Amino acid sequence: MNGTLRLRIAALLWGLALAAVLVFFLFPLYWMLVTALKPRAEVTLLPPSLLPYVQFRPTLENFAAVLTERPQPILGGWVALSPFPAALLNSVLIGGTATVASVLLGTFAAYAFSRFHTRGAGDLLFFILSTRMLPPIVVVIPLFLMFTELGLRNSFWGLTTLYTTAGLPFVVWMMKGFFDEIAREYEEAAMTDGYSRLQAIWRVLLPEALPAMLATAVFVLIFAWNEFVFAQLLNPDRYSTAPIFLYSVIGYGRVEWARMAATSVMFLVPVVAFTILVRRHLLRGVTFGAVRR
Amino acid sequence: MTVAQVRVERLTKHFDGMVAVASLDLEVADGEFLVLLGPSGCGKTTTLRCIAGLETPTSGEVWIGSRRVTHLRAADRDIAFVFQFYALYPHLTVYDNIAFPLRATGLAREEIHRRVLAVAELLRIPHLLKFRPAQLSGGEQQRVALGRAIVRRPQAFLMDEPLTNVDASFRVDLRVELKHLQQELGTTTIYVTHDQTEAMSLGHRIAVMRSGVLQQVGTPLEVYRSPKTLFVASFIGSPPMNLIPVDLEDHLLRGQDLQVPCPPTLPMGAPRHLVLGVRPEDVSFVDSQDAHAYGTILTREPLGDETVYAVAVGDQVVRVVTEPHVRWEPGTNAALAFSLERLHLYDPVTGALVL
Repeated sequence: MNGTLRLRIAALLWGLALAAVLVFFLFPLYWMLVTALKPRAEVTLLPPSLLPYVQFRPTLENFAAVLTERPQPILGGWVALSPFPAALLNSVLIGGTATVASVLLGTFAAYAFSRFHTRGAGDLLFFILSTRMLPPIVVVIPLFLMFTELGLRNSFWGLTTLYTTAGLPFVVWMMKGFFDEIAREYEEAAMTDGYSRLQAIWRVLLPEALPAMLATAVFVLIFAWNEFVFAQLLNPDRYSTAPIFLYSVIGYGRVEWARMAATSVMFLVPVVAFTILVRRHLLRGVTFGAVRR
Repeated sequence: MTVAQVRVERLTKHFDGMVAVASLDLEVADGEFLVLLGPSGCGKTTTLRCIAGLETPTSGEVWIGSRRVTHLRAADRDIAFVFQFYALYPHLTVYDNIAFPLRATGLAREEIHRRVLAVAELLRIPHLLKFRPAQLSGGEQQRVALGRAIVRRPQAFLMDEPLTNVDASFRVDLRVELKHLQQELGTTTIYVTHDQTEAMSLGHRIAVMRSGVLQQVGTPLEVYRSPKTLFVASFIGSPPMNLIPVDLEDHLLRGQDLQVPCPPTLPMGAPRHLVLGVRPEDVSFVDSQDAHAYGTILTREPLGDETVYAVAVGDQVVRVVTEPHVRWEPGTNAALAFSLERLHLYDPVTGALVL
């Protein structure tokens, strides 16, 4: 009796603690969503209003404004929309391509580091990681000069290559750790079963590595998606990404909080959608319980 | 049926300057079951992996059948490898695991299906076909791994301690099954183990290795009866062979509380210090006038079919295996005689057999 009561109290306290943590992490998102739905005058009220329908009438005018202000003709002049949809598309294409490229290249590099005895492998791995040790602002000037020289500014491939390179160290390190955990006997079994090494990797290793690759991809995508400094300096005019547009929404003289919030909500959607899509794989975990070490 | 002998010539493998296998010569006949036996780190697994093409030899050649395969990739050597940890593909069902090697050959679907079922029947695992490896016990997993190995009918089976991770209760059964299977299929098999019982019971011949060097190749009885080196003598047999240091004096082998007439066949120029080797079953309790050695009985282990005594002779412990009805009490004095025709003499420095 006493014991069950104590258990219940413990469960209740645990639940409360979880709820508190959840509120702490989700409140900024909620505030952003609520702000996006507020009429302009409502935004800067103190204390802030947080409950739509109760404290204010929600409106979609901010979303409409973000999508239609400063219109530019698209689809051969059929419609005119703000630069935001195009910027979002650029982000999807550049971020997506960079993510796929760095996860693929990085996975194979990681495989080589994990499986082959390479002279100076440790130094190489450190070197790969060290490319990420400098803050972007330090390398942006040489990069700016390089990109100008090579005609890569305001181009799709310039920024995509840069994001691929930036994502690679993370992928190599993550996937190497993962491959180190997978017994090499799996590929060896496939190789003695009559397959080449590449076929063995493709048919045996990659199905098992998929959850790790997707988890890694989420992080690489989030980096490329949110990156601002390089995008602003290297692609300000063409192929500019969503964060650059977000920056332009801030406005002159006053800060357009509601529109920024509306832009941010739309900006979040693709990454959240991707994460939800791969969530099943992320949770599936590693099924390599079949090998006892 | 092609002749699928496996031949290894002067095989050497270094790892970072460490010698794993040193100039190994080995020939396995078509259809033979050869066991590579030795303690861990003796180079037996490295040898097997070089034959499979999973390691590149530092030097030397590997032949399978009439082909020199030293520089072929594993996939082109037409061998099947069975791993200690089974290495079943976790994302595939048992059916697909067994079908996997066949799919590399581009066989027709129906033929693959027919062969997978036949192999499953042979190994008595048809009821497991739809499961995934993680749902099976160790013994079942290793059966599936055997199925995956035999389904392609390769030229040779290479097995790396396949029974070591199987639960002890199934190990003996699976061992018998494995031997039967190899007899049925008649496929050349090289089998690596550190377990001498496994080696003795499975192999047509046993190759004993130590520190990358081949010590002796022979049938189980040859290796047991006439170990060619001190190492083989100490490694094969349970309880192990008694190895007693003796000195050669006046046609007598003398040790502490021990005196044995020197065999007349002892070659001239034999070293003065020797190691006398005698199997526990070749030692018996006798009356003191017939004795070669005197000692005190330390322990008695009645094992049912036989009884093992440990007897302190000088500072050595001599093990004696007797019929179960022979009863001596620990603590009493005993006189021991050796079967003189079954004695071995080794050079303690080189470990080589002197006689």
